[in-house]
Amino acid sequence: MKPALITIAKWVWFGLLMLVALGYMASGLSKPSEPADPTVVAAQQTKLGATAIDDAQSTDSLSQVILAVNQARREQLLHSGLASAEPADWLTICRRMSLALVGSGISLEEIRQLETLPESEREATHLDRLLNDPRYHDYWAERWARYIVGADEGPFIVYRRRRFRHWLSDQLASDQRYDNIVSDLITAEGLWTDRPEVNFLTVTFDSNDGNPDPIRLAARTSRAFLGLRIDCLQCHSDFLGNVSLGDPNDPREGLQSDFHQLAAFYSAAKTSGLQGVQTGQADYQYQYLDTDQEVAVTPAVPYSPELLPETGDDRSRLAAWVTHRDNQQFSRAAVSRFWALLFGQSATESVDNLPLDEPLPAMLDPIVNDFQTHRNIRRVIQIITQTDAFRAASTATFEITAQHESQHAVFPLTRLRAEQVAGSIAQASRIKSIDRQSSLLVQLIRFGSINDFLKRYGDLGENEFSNDGVTIPQRLLLLNGKMLREAGGSNPVLNTASHINMFAADDRQAVDTVFLCVLNRYPHAHERDYFAQRLANCDQRSETIEDFFWTLANSTEFAWNH
Amino acid sequence: MYDHLLCDPHAHLSRRTLLGATAGGAMLSTIASHLALADATGITPAGKPKSVILLWMEGGPSQLETFDPHPGTRYGGDVKAISTSVPDLQIAETLPQIAQQMHLGSLVRSVTSKEGDHQRAIYNIKTGYRPDPTLVHPSIGSILCHEFPSQLDIPRHISILPENSPARGGYLGPIYDAFKMGDPQNPVPDLKSSVSEGRFARRMDDLKWLEDQFRRGRLRDLDQNRTLHESSTAAALRMMSSEQVSAFDVSNESQSTLDDFGDTPFGRGCLAATRLIGVGVRCVEITLSGWDSHVTNHTLQSARCEILDRALAAMLRRLEEQQRLDSTLVVCGGEFGRTPKINAAEGRDHWPHGFSTFLAGAGIRRGGVHGATAADPKLDADKPLADVSDAVTVGDLHATILAALDVPFEEELQTPIGRPLKRSEGTPIQAILNS
Repeated sequence: MKPALITIAKWVWFGLLMLVALGYMASGLSKPSEPADPTVVAAQQTKLGATAIDDAQSTDSLSQVILAVNQARREQLLHSGLASAEPADWLTICRRMSLALVGSGISLEEIRQLETLPESEREATHLDRLLNDPRYHDYWAERWARYIVGADEGPFIVYRRRRFRHWLSDQLASDQRYDNIVSDLITAEGLWTDRPEVNFLTVTFDSNDGNPDPIRLAARTSRAFLGLRIDCLQCHSDFLGNVSLGDPNDPREGLQSDFHQLAAFYSAAKTSGLQGVQTGQADYQYQYLDTDQEVAVTPAVPYSPELLPETGDDRSRLAAWVTHRDNQQFSRAAVSRFWALLFGQSATESVDNLPLDEPLPAMLDPIVNDFQTHRNIRRVIQIITQTDAFRAASTATFEITAQHESQHAVFPLTRLRAEQVAGSIAQASRIKSIDRQSSLLVQLIRFGSINDFLKRYGDLGENEFSNDGVTIPQRLLLLNGKMLREAGGSNPVLNTASHINMFAADDRQAVDTVFLCVLNRYPHAHERDYFAQRLANCDQRSETIEDFFWTLANSTEFAWNH
Repeated sequence: MYDHLLCDPHAHLSRRTLLGATAGGAMLSTIASHLALADATGITPAGKPKSVILLWMEGGPSQLETFDPHPGTRYGGDVKAISTSVPDLQIAETLPQIAQQMHLGSLVRSVTSKEGDHQRAIYNIKTGYRPDPTLVHPSIGSILCHEFPSQLDIPRHISILPENSPARGGYLGPIYDAFKMGDPQNPVPDLKSSVSEGRFARRMDDLKWLEDQFRRGRLRDLDQNRTLHESSTAAALRMMSSEQVSAFDVSNESQSTLDDFGDTPFGRGCLAATRLIGVGVRCVEITLSGWDSHVTNHTLQSARCEILDRALAAMLRRLEEQQRLDSTLVVCGGEFGRTPKINAAEGRDHWPHGFSTFLAGAGIRRGGVHGATAADPKLDADKPLADVSDAVTVGDLHATILAALDVPFEEELQTPIGRPLKRSEGTPIQAILNS
């Protein structure tokens, strides 16, 4: 009897303990319904000051922006004395959209569906479908995560990268405004498991003894959200003329204090045990170069101080300043980033180095101005993908030079990222699109094979837009590796190559279909003749179709966006 | 079509000059291309080019159970010390074979860093720099390959059993990334075609035809000026058919040799490393993980030491016998050490305030010891280095390694963020360098 009573008492005690713990945690997890401090309200109202979108007006204005971008391009080419390439065909443009938005080429299923539409509607329809496709939300979430929290797995337990990525995906799926997303990141509060945006802060815990690291967060904020590299100011004031801050119209050299005053905002983020990150008072100390002692550093912004709300908690004030409608640098950074994600390369020398006093390429100005008003990510994508620059062919009848590419007279050749190569191989191996509707088996195979491939192929990490050439191990992997062997091999149930062998009406149709699946285009007449001839003369038809699949997937054309 | 050399950005001018001079550029021998490069740059490499073998003890080996024991002290644990081939130098009894080879190198017992997290500390120890969100720094092997270009059919920078942190080219570019491979008892991945020779040749013919089509209407010299796709294909094909590939294969070695190295994946990796260095590979890193002994420290460390002991000792013996130790630097260390204090689970935790690294071979003094940790440390949290004599930083260690390899460690390179950066910001440990 006595042991039973002891056991019951233990369980009751344990239950009470859990209830207390849950109550404690819940008090920190739930979003405050109302900020108690009226100054916080003031800061948040500043943050939400952007104009709401009116659909009808916005569609009209969309065309105006595209016209303005095209006009800027024409003037640029005229000024440089460069001819423009003709527009690319609709399939090439749709492939570019798919690579940029979902990380793979187009499926044969998508191509066939689009071919049922008038040609003039195909690009817009494809873009619309992609923007509402969970593959886009997931893929851009991963690409964004790289510049917001980095590519590494980060600190153990206190950082959940996957959860953060899913949160970003949800934001993209719900078409959340960009300024609101950024604001939520800067002001995040709570536990990293319950409030995924908090991982923006917890990823820095490892370098600040379990607390958000103001220095890393300041560097990340300036690069990711403002397109400014002020990292060197951490240690010393600028003496090379590389960092211009202060008044955007009359900038001065960056000072060491600029960096640490920005970092001071994040010292208001405190770890509070099981309640995760909470907001406290900024208390930042730093010993500047050539000084003898630490001093208290007051939060301040590195330029346009008039946009910083005077009241509110420090992180809300910072978020309001970063996303302020008149903080043009925020829009410049966002548009430059989205442009680079769509083209596969930055419009400027570097996507996160846009000095305050240097103009962007003229083509980007109308988009930046539009983004100042709308802050809408999909709208920017719609604008860019409809511009002449995005729709231009990558080939021309005149000799193409590097200048033609840099001036967007032609679509620039950009190397596919590792996951784009893997995603394109996986997609090419199936007739139907591989998405969340696909069978669990197909999704698992894709997941497993892509993961294996990426481990061996290598990942550029945060170096998103590097255009370095391919390496020998990467070529070996494609020449002899398992993924391509299995993707193009004989598999009558799943694989494209086997389906083509079984169901293509004749050799020419077989060649056409392999080209559509792998390169997302029809073969030119001489290509069709060449490969159809090879098929006609072969002993093993199925093997030869597998060989075509392998050959096309090993080509430069497959591995580069064009 | 597939007879171009793979572009090496460092040697771009000279490479192009060479290619312009002869269509048979691919046939240039290692020495010829090296000398030709030296001609073009005006720099003549002095002496025999050096190589490095890096033994990475991933997880954080305990200095107290390896190279820096303090038996019989409060924090000494269960380990005993044994004499070595260097007078007055004792190391842990867990490394009996290495103890007999200590005269071949120098021991640094006072390495310190500011990184106590595995991922950040591994980055630090592999690059010499702390993680920086603006830049990925190159690893030692990448720096060496970048500084001393040469032609080889197989990659010049190789990582065996790389776990999750293979050496990277960083801002020097992915062409300097280490070639990753597993246990050398298995074939090198992706080297053999899965189809017959005839079928593979037909595939390549079709690929060549297709590439010709793609080049039309695009940039002039598309491959050399932009993609390197066809050049890399050519280099990959050369590697597939090269006799140098046999250097990866340890199956031809006698059983007694395999036994000497331990016949474990790590031991075979070390054996393969000596073969690869022999054919001209510049850097081989081999990882031995499993040192993260937060629980049952002594047992875990002893088990790892058993593998390390045989492999490292055999490697040093072999390189010495083959008279290649003078041109090959061997480095053995982890990302940090372990706490003097033994925790409640009989484990030791992460400790960046005084740990050991062993260096031997090229440019390193024989029988040297630098620095010491206190036998009875005070463990003052505010003064963690008070218990370390002649403390050196990870940066110093890197400067020493680069100096030993004849790499100008202070030279500044232009980085992609527009900021010139020294290869190493440390100061070489002169006490362990050959004068």
